[in-house]
Amino acid sequence: MLLKLTGLVPLFPLIGCIINGFLGLRIGKNAVGLIGAGAVGLSFLTTLFIFAGLVMTPVEERVFEQVLFTWMSAGDFAVDFGFQIDPLSMTMMLFVTGVGFLIHVYSIGYMHEEYSFYRFFAYLNLFMFSMLLLIMGNNFLLMFIGWEGVGCCSYFLIGYYFEKKSACDAGTKAFVMNRVGDFAFLLAVMYIFNIFGSIDFTTVFHAAPEKLIYDGETVTIITLLLFVGACGKSAQIPLYTWLPDAMEGPTPVSALIHAATMVTAGVYMVVRCNALFALAPLSMTTVAFVGGGTAVFAATIGMTQFDIKRVLAYSTVSQIGYMFLAVGVGAYTAAIFHMVTHAFFKACLFLGSGSVIHGLHGEQDMRKMGALKDHMPITFITFFVSTLAIAGIFPLSGFFSKDEILYHALMDGNVILWGMGITGALLTAFYMFRLVFMTFFGESRVDPHVHPHESPKVMTVPLVILAGLAFFGGALGIPLFHGWHVLHNWLEPVFHFDMASALEHSAHLLHEQGKHAPSLTHLLEPAEHNLWVEVALMALSFSIAVAGIFGAYMCYIKMPHLPASFTKGQWGYDLVKNKYEVDELYDETIVKPTLEGSTLLWKEVDAKGIDGSVNGTAKTLGWLSNHARTFQSGFVRNYALFMVVGFISLLIISL
Amino acid sequence: MFLTFLTFLPLVGALLLAFIPRDEVGAIKQTALAFAVADFLFSLLLWTNFDASSHAMQFEYSVPWITSWGISYHIGLDGISLLLYVMTTFLTMISIIASWDIQKNIREYMMAFLALSTGMLGVFISLDMFLFYFFWEFQLVPMYLIIGVWGGPQRVYAAVKFFLYTAVGSLLMLVAIIWIYMAIKEQTGIATTDLVFITENLDLPLTPQKWLFMAFFLAFAIKVPMFPFHTWLPDAHVQAPTAGSVILAGVLLKMGTYGFFRFNLPLFPHASYEFMPMIAWLSIIGIIYGALVSLVQEDMKKLVAYSSVSHLGFVMIGIFAFNHYGMQGALLQNINHGISTGALFLLVGIIYDRRHTRQISEFGGLAKVMPKYAICFMIVALSSIGLPGMNGFVGEFLVLLGVFQNNGLWAACATSGVIFAACYILWMFQRVMFQKLDNPENEKLPDMNCREMITVVPLIVLIFWIGLYPKPFLKTFEASVEHLLVKVHPDNFRPGKPGSGHTEHAKLLKVEDIARMNQKLSGAKH
Repeated sequence: MLLKLTGLVPLFPLIGCIINGFLGLRIGKNAVGLIGAGAVGLSFLTTLFIFAGLVMTPVEERVFEQVLFTWMSAGDFAVDFGFQIDPLSMTMMLFVTGVGFLIHVYSIGYMHEEYSFYRFFAYLNLFMFSMLLLIMGNNFLLMFIGWEGVGCCSYFLIGYYFEKKSACDAGTKAFVMNRVGDFAFLLAVMYIFNIFGSIDFTTVFHAAPEKLIYDGETVTIITLLLFVGACGKSAQIPLYTWLPDAMEGPTPVSALIHAATMVTAGVYMVVRCNALFALAPLSMTTVAFVGGGTAVFAATIGMTQFDIKRVLAYSTVSQIGYMFLAVGVGAYTAAIFHMVTHAFFKACLFLGSGSVIHGLHGEQDMRKMGALKDHMPITFITFFVSTLAIAGIFPLSGFFSKDEILYHALMDGNVILWGMGITGALLTAFYMFRLVFMTFFGESRVDPHVHPHESPKVMTVPLVILAGLAFFGGALGIPLFHGWHVLHNWLEPVFHFDMASALEHSAHLLHEQGKHAPSLTHLLEPAEHNLWVEVALMALSFSIAVAGIFGAYMCYIKMPHLPASFTKGQWGYDLVKNKYEVDELYDETIVKPTLEGSTLLWKEVDAKGIDGSVNGTAKTLGWLSNHARTFQSGFVRNYALFMVVGFISLLIISL
Repeated sequence: MFLTFLTFLPLVGALLLAFIPRDEVGAIKQTALAFAVADFLFSLLLWTNFDASSHAMQFEYSVPWITSWGISYHIGLDGISLLLYVMTTFLTMISIIASWDIQKNIREYMMAFLALSTGMLGVFISLDMFLFYFFWEFQLVPMYLIIGVWGGPQRVYAAVKFFLYTAVGSLLMLVAIIWIYMAIKEQTGIATTDLVFITENLDLPLTPQKWLFMAFFLAFAIKVPMFPFHTWLPDAHVQAPTAGSVILAGVLLKMGTYGFFRFNLPLFPHASYEFMPMIAWLSIIGIIYGALVSLVQEDMKKLVAYSSVSHLGFVMIGIFAFNHYGMQGALLQNINHGISTGALFLLVGIIYDRRHTRQISEFGGLAKVMPKYAICFMIVALSSIGLPGMNGFVGEFLVLLGVFQNNGLWAACATSGVIFAACYILWMFQRVMFQKLDNPENEKLPDMNCREMITVVPLIVLIFWIGLYPKPFLKTFEASVEHLLVKVHPDNFRPGKPGSGHTEHAKLLKVEDIARMNQKLSGAKH
């Protein structure tokens, strides 16, 4: 009964967007804010009702589909505009609408001085609508509407200050890089249709074990293509460079889109397709290594940046790397768990940085901050709590979620993956506390003309709530005993995958092709849950986090001169500080050759080559006619001569 | 009879305009608009009365015209031509509204436009080869005049180029038509140019099929335009007046793709199958080449023109996917391109009217002074690059899906076009609309006025309609595509699969239809 409300969830933000978009300038800022935030609030409430409805249904029946209409059809291809509610999408909906609502409220305060306040809220609501479509769609193509929709909103919002060239460039860059991922996603969808004759999630995932061969070429290609799509959206190597630039957008946007929700869509998509990925061990390994690699890679860049938002941006890239690492070793619950806790603490961190920037009238450089903790107590406390959470300090949420990922990386993956994870954890603790120390502690380096002040209630209340969630969010997944792991039990049915029958089917399929199926029985033995290993790992990761914090303390509080003397003139440091020059590399190897090549195509091939030959033909004809004209001289003696010549030639030929 | 009335209504309007004194500008414009609106509204009736479940020609009408050669005035619409017909009347109406401020010889301009409309409509309804050829050449004249008289500085060069290019292509088509006329006479003993009859009865060996295919191909590929026959297009577009560009992109190019559907595929199915790889690669080259060249254009209109080459590549590769998805997608993409590119040309025209330049470098920051314009432009731009939820995506996706079923590599190459499309459109948009407004001439530009909104808003409505609920459109195509597929399905020609289900089916249909056609023809003779 309650589940029938599903359609309302995305509808509210859509209505909000339409009202604000068309009437925004007339109804005034207060009304715009109320409608914008209220629409998302209503969505959140509705989501709670649906959640209640889903909890009340028996575990095995927790998949609810609602088809509104057929979107497109051609031949036997048909796509419905329909929603699917299951524990996975439910989890996403809850935190997306919940965190989204808080950020909307915060934005009312943060954006209040803006002239085009309404435009901001219209975009933000449109984003919520698209994000919900992405989560709730019951097939690949509907997910793709949301998928590109959020990308498009992100483009609008990054380029919100459209008079700034850097903001426009960042927006275009984000869109184009996302499109590279979307290109792969689209190909994957076509491939899936080619194999399954359908693109409905339920149909495809049910049929996957029967139609695909374990570790076969097809499933590997499909999953790798999907993963490239995920890389674009979730800013993983090599498609991550757009995300740091996306910080050109207003800070609430960074919090909502570029930290809590949109950028995790890639993880969600891969988790959603777990039935396909389970059949493609090669892709899983790729996902894990790309994720782990990104986690470390981005963290190193994060250590060297001075723009407060850029540090957080690289942190986001790195944390999403963690999620992919978890997905890659098959720890889907851990990935979703980290996604949720990350949404809490990273949204809080971004909003906190927004509060700092707001208090300093737009200053983003950490070298011009310091000692802000007395000026902005609430911002400081909430920020500090979230930093502890992301650094992985017991008993905050990040500790549990990160620990679970590390545990699975070791047990289901291998030591290298675990090593990446633990390195990332060390670096995370270091750069986050570097940020906190530089911003809130030490001596004030604030411009003397600026008087830092705490932000209004409308901004601090969301901060407090998010900090509370970042603190207690770990309760969702208390480790050691499976009975206590609420999230695990909740999501379990979605990740249920019958490997035994899948292997049987692929052996059968291989047999049909006349091939011998390899023995894969080791896949069927469940991994043992080793309590002591887990406890030991927990202790280790806790101490690693403390070590990172201590390092930051030494470098930025105790001996502030240390980092400078340490890094000066080091080419390695400069390389990292310049973000490994990846942007420059892309510019030189892709952007410039494309532009130069295109100019060449246009000026040489098109204008001179193709059109030149066309015009050349015309000119040649003109030239020929001009010369042929001389024969028509009008003199009778000439014509007589031609006649004689012709007559003689004919005679000769006939002889 | 209704169809005849609709087709010639604009021509009647054009003749009527000749009797209005040339200085009565208001009356001239209103009359022209009244005829265009009436024609559009009436043509909607065709759509509502169309039986989408049947592939047969509807609203059919046939009278002998030149009996000694078997030429008749035979017209009708099926699922393939219906929406093109409606779109023609629709865009004619939009174009006339968009031409409201033409100063030079407005009466003659409107006459040319209305005559052009009749010519284009005639192309889509002709079911007689000779009649088709007649309309095909007929519409060239008014378009030639529109570009050559009301165009930009190099209008004469562009107009002549446009005319000659198309005429050269169609000459070979005429030869092919005569060849077919002889062949059908030899095969069936009936001397006729009736397209329906020929489609049902023509059965040629592969070699002549190939030659004839090439002859038609040249005519249509120039019109589409396919790479490398596209160089007339940027010139014609840049020089043509705004409304001329709208019609050129929206309808004239579609006559090329329509030709493939009506002639090449059903008449030479085997040759079509043989040429599939060639066309696919030419289309892919067109898609990528057009996009790359668009990327570096300095003139907005030229950018849009080259983007047409890219978009039409999608249509072509979709047609030659030879399956439901690809062909229906191609037909829809035909319509989509008319809407989106038509709207882009209108929008570029709006800014040209104000500044008399289209150089991208002249602009920047327009979103600040022209917010409505910026929003409209953004929507149209996004639809042009195929954002899901808007029209372009539905067509493109179906096309690509269709291509993928045949060849994954082709699909991958073609899909890469969506990346480049995002690049050229968004980069242009950024340089024109965003960033600092630093050119003082742009500071006082007025936003879109009411008339301009009237031209653009209906197109935007269509963009979302097709994007979110394309079913009414796709359904119109379905039966006709199904029927066409019976003939051109690749399984018919694939070696190693003789006598597959489809071929059997095709033969059964043929016998029935021959009987029906023969009856009809003998009936017409009495």
